[in-house]
Amino acid sequence: MALADHLPQSRVARARILHGWLALALILVSLFSLTVGATEVSLGPALWKLATGEALTRMEAIVLWDIRMPRLILGLLVGSALAVGGAVMQGLFRNPLADPGLVGVSAGAGLGAITAIVLAGLAPLWLSRIAGDQLVPIAAFFGGWASTILLYRVSTRRGRTSVATMLLAGIALGALAGALSGILVYMSDDRQLRDLTFWGLGSLGGASWAKVVAAGPIIALALIAACTLGRGLNGLALGEATAAHIGLNVQRVKGLAILTVAAATGAAVAVSGAIGFIGIVVPHLLRLGTGPDHRPLLINAALLGALLLVLADVIARVIIAPAELPIGIVTAVLGAPVFLWILLRQRGMVDL
Amino acid sequence: MDRRDFIALSLALAATQPTRALAATQDTIAIGGDVTEIVYALDQQHRLLARDATSTYPPEAQALPDVGYMRRLSAEGVLSFAPSLIISAEGAGPPEVIDILRAASIDYVEVPEGYDAQAIIAKITAVGAALNVPDAAQTLADQTTTALNTALARASETNGTPKRVMFILSTQGGRIMASGTGTGADGIIGMAGGTNAISAFEGYKPLSDEAASAAAPDVILMMDQTGDHASTDDELFALPALQATPAAQNRSVVRMDGLFLLGFGPRTAGAVTALNRALYPV
Repeated sequence: MALADHLPQSRVARARILHGWLALALILVSLFSLTVGATEVSLGPALWKLATGEALTRMEAIVLWDIRMPRLILGLLVGSALAVGGAVMQGLFRNPLADPGLVGVSAGAGLGAITAIVLAGLAPLWLSRIAGDQLVPIAAFFGGWASTILLYRVSTRRGRTSVATMLLAGIALGALAGALSGILVYMSDDRQLRDLTFWGLGSLGGASWAKVVAAGPIIALALIAACTLGRGLNGLALGEATAAHIGLNVQRVKGLAILTVAAATGAAVAVSGAIGFIGIVVPHLLRLGTGPDHRPLLINAALLGALLLVLADVIARVIIAPAELPIGIVTAVLGAPVFLWILLRQRGMVDL
Repeated sequence: MDRRDFIALSLALAATQPTRALAATQDTIAIGGDVTEIVYALDQQHRLLARDATSTYPPEAQALPDVGYMRRLSAEGVLSFAPSLIISAEGAGPPEVIDILRAASIDYVEVPEGYDAQAIIAKITAVGAALNVPDAAQTLADQTTTALNTALARASETNGTPKRVMFILSTQGGRIMASGTGTGADGIIGMAGGTNAISAFEGYKPLSDEAASAAAPDVILMMDQTGDHASTDDELFALPALQATPAAQNRSVVRMDGLFLLGFGPRTAGAVTALNRALYPV
């Protein structure tokens, strides 16, 4: 706890109070998300019917239970996974601009998804029978995982991970995954091409209980692991050598951080496509407000990431109802200006 | 989101509320431009609650609420109309949404896609069966068969070697996206008495400059629309890829409405004749 003594207590206290406010806001936004939609079905009357023992109409049951509920849960999972993935990555690289997109994890997951979309017809029958509609998310997860393992192998020599090598290798890996994706896109037919375009923008539109079950456990494990990383990432902020001198097992922290990022990002990209800006904007907003201590930051990032993504999803599905926007458009339209504003306010960061 | 969605939305808000209550038989959502055209051709448009973004013909259809792009439907958006029947072109999605719609005890009828005369008749029969108007469908199918046979016969009377036609989807950034085999464009070119200049690949793909020159098209065929796909004749033939082609030397380009040309619905006989006339002007 020696590290905490160096941090201004007021900001740490403020960050802890923020847990409560964010949790409260998250509950309110979640209830709101269950209440509004293209149909007239609403949460309140349905709960009243349940309370009075009246049967729900088929429409109410389907809209609330099969459409809005899995979508809400998926939004919570993906939003917190993206924000925590970003926060851990930034802590690991000691670079405030780091993002899972940067080290090729997202690109690797994307390559997996594109491979599954384009080559699904060539897959052996037993494989498509087992995987079914889950083939794309599963392939994306393995893509993200494989690229993280590869990255780790490239950048680790004799048990030491060089962050600089990892950053460079990640950029190269991202370019390679992008190029391979390009080849697959060229091979794809007209219909697959349209699937790819929309997949790239990201959406929670295909939310289902099957996806919640597929991604939920992985993301939950990653979030729990991330919560144990706070102290380690604070130590890493001092530099690896110093961190080792104050008694941290640096390799263990780095290994766990890498796995966390791979699992969170891979699973999130797998079920919802590429959703930008949550991973980079959320940790920044929180650091500006409550300081860089990772212990409260990681928890707040999970809460705020979930909050923003669920809110963005409500906007995406209500604003042009009965049609809906890909959520990637909403997060990018809201996120890009915020990010530019951060850059403008903190010119010094660019010189890092 | 484009402007059309906004317009469709405001029209939808203005139009649906009174009419929805009016007719008890208004119970159907049509997904796909060709499907919607067939519903109108069967004179069953009073049954339509909504349509998708690709359903732009006849123009009255655009007054219906728009449930979005057919491959990216919103389950709740579709359910908000409480349809009892959805007639959809092949390939609507995403699959999870279609699963939910099927689970919601809605009759979900998928109309098979295809790029020849038989496929058009099959579509008409399928839509007629779904709407429970088999007699009207039979009449429309007979009329369409006659019209198609006439158009195809006229197109095949063309003398001399068939013209080599290259269908260009877009020329964004100077890169030509052209149609290979197995597409609607390939189908209609063949029906109109032309030859697709590109037979080396399937589907729509970017074409290298040299491959475009080597394909030596006599005529360029494009969709007549604004936005991304639009380019003037001058811009088009200034592309290095096309400069050496016979089409550029004769400045020979045909532009037709996308849904008319590639819809493979009741209007296809007209499209065959129109394209044939444009390829072989008298």
